[in-house]
Amino acid sequence: MNNSGKTLFEKVWDDHLVLQETKDTPAILYIDLHLIHEVTTPQAFQSLRDQGLSVRDPSKVLATMDHSTPTLPVKSLKDLDIVAEKGPADQIRDMIRNCDEFGIELHGFDSDKRGIVHVIGPELGATQPGKTIVCGDSHTSTHGAFGALAFGIGTTEVGHVLASQCLLQRKPRTLAVNMTGTLRSGVSAKDIILRIIQEIGVDGGVGHVIEYRGPTASMLSLEERMTICNMSIEAGARAGMFAPDDKTFNYLIDKPMSPKGLGWDKAIDKWSELVSDDNCKFDKEVTIDVDHLSPMVTYGTNPGMAIQIDDIVPESNSDLGHKKSLNYMQIESGRPLLGKEIDVVFIGSCTNSRISDLEDAAEILKGQKVANGIRVLVVPGSQAVKKEAESLGLDKIFESAGAEWRESGCSMCLGMNGDTVGNGQLAVSTSNRNFEGRQGKGARTILASPKTAAASAIAGSVEDPRKYS
Amino acid sequence: MEKIIEFCSKTVVLAVNDIDTDQIIPARYLTVTTKDGLGDGLFADWRFDESGNKLEEFPLNNDKSLGCSILVAGSNFGCGSSREHAPWALVDYGFKAILSTSFADIFKNNALKNGLLPLSVSTDFHRMLNENEGIEVTISLETMIIESSNGMTESFDLEPFSRYCLMNGVDQLGFIMKHEDQINAFENKG
Repeated sequence: MNNSGKTLFEKVWDDHLVLQETKDTPAILYIDLHLIHEVTTPQAFQSLRDQGLSVRDPSKVLATMDHSTPTLPVKSLKDLDIVAEKGPADQIRDMIRNCDEFGIELHGFDSDKRGIVHVIGPELGATQPGKTIVCGDSHTSTHGAFGALAFGIGTTEVGHVLASQCLLQRKPRTLAVNMTGTLRSGVSAKDIILRIIQEIGVDGGVGHVIEYRGPTASMLSLEERMTICNMSIEAGARAGMFAPDDKTFNYLIDKPMSPKGLGWDKAIDKWSELVSDDNCKFDKEVTIDVDHLSPMVTYGTNPGMAIQIDDIVPESNSDLGHKKSLNYMQIESGRPLLGKEIDVVFIGSCTNSRISDLEDAAEILKGQKVANGIRVLVVPGSQAVKKEAESLGLDKIFESAGAEWRESGCSMCLGMNGDTVGNGQLAVSTSNRNFEGRQGKGARTILASPKTAAASAIAGSVEDPRKYS
Repeated sequence: MEKIIEFCSKTVVLAVNDIDTDQIIPARYLTVTTKDGLGDGLFADWRFDESGNKLEEFPLNNDKSLGCSILVAGSNFGCGSSREHAPWALVDYGFKAILSTSFADIFKNNALKNGLLPLSVSTDFHRMLNENEGIEVTISLETMIIESSNGMTESFDLEPFSRYCLMNGVDQLGFIMKHEDQINAFENKG
């Protein structure tokens, strides 16, 4: 059989080569879109300053504030010192100064375009099929949902891209994740990706770009694809991609930065070619059937330690890491997680803070009350999502149920902006990482979908959302 | 940047797999605008209790680890967040190399840009290091061989361009900037 066809990844890769890699030197890859935020850029801007370099093309940089930015309302910079601690406040001021000095437009406190970098890229239409997209953030893989090659980089590399619009890279290998079957009611894209990570492991994708494909792929909305691509990094993958299709084009057609007029027609022609050829070859392939999938929850301290909500926590046997994890989580093996009492519910993060995620949660919380003593924080992914949610009355549903409704930001996903899970507290969270202390020192995290999080908020314990659907 | 050719140190062992960058340096230490002093936050939640006292049982708090610049850790070291603060913290604390059976991609890339060697070794050599905590090893970028004081040797792979930059103390950006004509041509191609 002729294996000379190209994968989707290879098409985008080849299209961006400024210089081919050799045995001695990596490829120089051109970057179409550089997303930046306040936490992983200060040292990069300083290095440009130290070397007397400028930003090569500020129009290819999309800048926002999300990670250390408070989710309490900040109307002016004066308010910042009231709601934020000194570190984050200084970092935000540094970001404003850097963007100003280097001629980059920043979506700051006064911008209705501000939000989590991986939420605003797609909603502005800056994220497009076939683009190379990088950001000093590992969840940059989110943008692969549109058929872009998108991945996280370090701060030194942020400096490289600012100065040269290019990145040094060795070509990754390819991994096809074939998805078959139809999701049952109450089961979400979050459950699919947790199931995939459970199957291939937290290092199963190292050195690879994943292409999510198969019959299930075309049934998923762009929001669902983003949730799946977002957590590719939790399987260790360099990036995750879906081939663009009519759903992708329909999502992008009215976005502010999408091509217009004749440019749109030309773009569709080009984007339509971004599918893996029938005769292409992936380095690795796995198949995941989602037909009988139940909602997933994690029980340990990495995203691969997950079970279906109706299963029991597996035994440690002789695995010391597993034992250490359960010890930290104060979770017993051989028992279900269902019914385990919790303290906090967080609905938000670049994994699950888009309007469809909030609608999922609101559908379950409508007319219900959050269980006594449970703190529930709902944080929209962007100011645009916030506005849309409020126009749909979702904020009222959350607040009448007893949840807090905030401004956009990364919030409780990573505990560096004032929103944290308390020491020893157990949270059901729609974010992406259940690492020790990720949501705050001593915090314990169970990852789940917005539906499972909402159901658990009402029950005050880990709950199956299918009870409410 | 300092040139790295060969160095020798005793080892300290952290026998845990999948050590993520949130453990290497928790997010609350990331609200900074420089790289200075990040070593204070290295493994903060494993190194200190709630009141900031050192936890005796943590290997880095053992006097035997004083001055060790080589860390032996479990597989998939550096997974999770892309924060370059992780290698900055390790370097600031005094580490020059991490020996493991495997590394997460972004951590490995970041480490190599900061003079920190993320070296993958065989499971046999890794087991020997785990069983002989504190053993002295010499790492040579010249020969690409790790030699332990008990006479065992292990060869390692290193991406050739990163090796060249480390051995010559060269910043990688220079290589990109040297190709400005090609970048211009790429942009003009439209």
